[in-house]
Amino acid sequence: MNPIKKWLIDYSVPIMFILIIIFATPLAGYSMSFLANEIMTRMSRNTFLVLSLIIPVIAGMGMNFGIVLGAMAGEIALILITDWHIVGVPGVVLAMLISTPIAIIFGYFSGAILNKAKGREMVTSLMLGFFMNGVYQLFVLYGMGKVVPITNKSILLSRGYGIRNAISLDGIRQSLDNVIKVNIWGIQIPVMTWLVITALCLFIMWFRKTKLGQDMRTIGQDMEVARASGIDVDRTRIISIIISTVLASYGMIIYLQNIGTLNTYNSHEQIGFFCIAALLVGGASVSKATIPNAFIGVILFHTVFVVSPRAGKELIGDAQLGEYFRVFITYGVIAFSLALYAWKRKVEQENERRSALGLHRASLQKPGGGGINVEKMGN
Amino acid sequence: MLAKIQRILGTIGLPRLLIALFLLSLFVIAPFVNVRVDTSINDLIIRFGMNAVLVLSLVPMIKSGCGLNFGLQLGVIAGLLGSVISLELKLRGFVGFFTAISISIVLAVILGWLYGQLLNRIKGDEMVVATYVGFSAVSFMCIMWLILPFKSPDMIWAYGGQGLRTTISTEGYWYHILDDFLRINLGSHIAVPTGTILFFALLALIMWAFFRTKAGTAMEAVGSNPDYARSCGINVNRVRTQSVILSTVFAAIGIIVYEQSFGFIQLYNAPLMMSFPAIAAILLGGASVTKVKMWHVVVGTILFQGILTMTPSVINNLIESDMSETIRIIISNGMIIYALTRKMKVRT
Repeated sequence: MNPIKKWLIDYSVPIMFILIIIFATPLAGYSMSFLANEIMTRMSRNTFLVLSLIIPVIAGMGMNFGIVLGAMAGEIALILITDWHIVGVPGVVLAMLISTPIAIIFGYFSGAILNKAKGREMVTSLMLGFFMNGVYQLFVLYGMGKVVPITNKSILLSRGYGIRNAISLDGIRQSLDNVIKVNIWGIQIPVMTWLVITALCLFIMWFRKTKLGQDMRTIGQDMEVARASGIDVDRTRIISIIISTVLASYGMIIYLQNIGTLNTYNSHEQIGFFCIAALLVGGASVSKATIPNAFIGVILFHTVFVVSPRAGKELIGDAQLGEYFRVFITYGVIAFSLALYAWKRKVEQENERRSALGLHRASLQKPGGGGINVEKMGN
Repeated sequence: MLAKIQRILGTIGLPRLLIALFLLSLFVIAPFVNVRVDTSINDLIIRFGMNAVLVLSLVPMIKSGCGLNFGLQLGVIAGLLGSVISLELKLRGFVGFFTAISISIVLAVILGWLYGQLLNRIKGDEMVVATYVGFSAVSFMCIMWLILPFKSPDMIWAYGGQGLRTTISTEGYWYHILDDFLRINLGSHIAVPTGTILFFALLALIMWAFFRTKAGTAMEAVGSNPDYARSCGINVNRVRTQSVILSTVFAAIGIIVYEQSFGFIQLYNAPLMMSFPAIAAILLGGASVTKVKMWHVVVGTILFQGILTMTPSVINNLIESDMSETIRIIISNGMIIYALTRKMKVRT
């Protein structure tokens, strides 16, 4: 295929987003400094979560919709530290410590199920998110205050058990962001949060080079080859999901300490969709996702998110329209990218099949001469 | 004896058995917690009528090997458009109802054809892509409901005068048009919506007959072995597209049947998650990702809707809190995960 055309198809989603931004930003009419601040906030809030998606992609498991499970683990930890009145950075660190074992259990469960659904990981992890939402409700809405002791009456429902719909996280609100805050040209930069994000980037870069990371790459390329070379495929896949789930639970804690309120039953629901859409907008695909993809994606995706309600209002006179538009592009981007990827893969398979068939025919026409014709037919 | 039990268990499937027993125990407990069994049965029959056609719509795509139709919302959207257009035209009674159905069939054929073209290009990844196609179609229609030029004061927001309401009553148009057709009253608490049940039976019969025609057999052949079908001279892609169109058309009819019984047309985000309960129901009935029989539809809908009817009343009275929504989430999504993790032969 023509290389320019191929490049355009590969990067059609980011290009589309850049076009929307060029078109919608002037319409919205926000000042540059407002926009820059808004994007900075959203980047420090979301990037960690988006990065947590990368490792399962390396292992060939596609987009892990199951980061929702990690988000739940983070939320359970946050509910507990709010109950215990542990505030500030110690609260955040403790929440991360508590969420780790929960996320490991969730990740193991998720990985074990995905191993039973090889080739259908994405739809299964999506359903797993919905399923665990029910289990989470069972635990938080009926278990907490009954089975798990909760002393803080203000976070319980009036009936005496179950957590309220919204909990204020005032105790840890932006505590991580405010450790070191630098102001450059009017843009507030939460340095500590960025250090944590940088640490994660370094971890991912280092991890790719380890034995385990290499094993995952092999599995991602060809599961049969990996098995033949002695890699325990199932175990390695489970580990990749556990890492992703644990990272997602940290990401959720970072996300919520920035926002400052926990919507007990909704905060995690959309997380999977938004993070995956952001990563895909950054030019990632089901089989390839890098750290730059995550950063570019978060910037592009959230710029559209910030400007679209105002742009919709200016264009049609209805802010609700912009709201619907951004939900539409979130789902649309995922549908489009996944379909495009599946389509490209099918075309490649078809080409391979055709050349193999040609090879086979040639060998039939010339008994014993198959080997000679290989190079000719390969074209 | 043990082997026999195991074999029966194998054919029924453990989760299905557990849920059937759960439902049975709910019915047994009901009288002890002051829940009337006859009103429960009445609710169950009504809900069966409401949902059965939607569940039935999944059959052609499973048969043709396209998997579970997570993009059911496309058909639902065609049905919703048909309904609001028929209301806009101020058509009442059977005329309105069948106009809604005719318009939505036309729309569903177009949408289904496009959807089929897409699914043919992404064989093997149908389910995850379909989910997001469904979601994005619903959110796209959210924009459309706001800006489409509907004028009927029964449907648009009272203030502003633009944009359709989130719920539109079918009262005065074709509310209970099928439910009240030949309605049979059994005692004081059971009223059988005969028309709805008959309509479902008719559609099921059409579908059953279709799978006995040449085109239907070809569809089944494509589902069970595409390579064999191709070597028999069947155009696989065409047959798959047909199955997708058929599923979409039935889904469109299904939502209209649902609306006439429920009494409201629900727009905006209401159809977003509509595919999941239908899929869970057919799986509960005994279908798998690749295999389905007509009776799976009936059994599945009764089981699933039975759980939905019985859990709120019985469990609430039992432990005095409303866990039904949580139980519904766990059972329906758990059932889908169970089906996805079953071993099935690799399709190409």
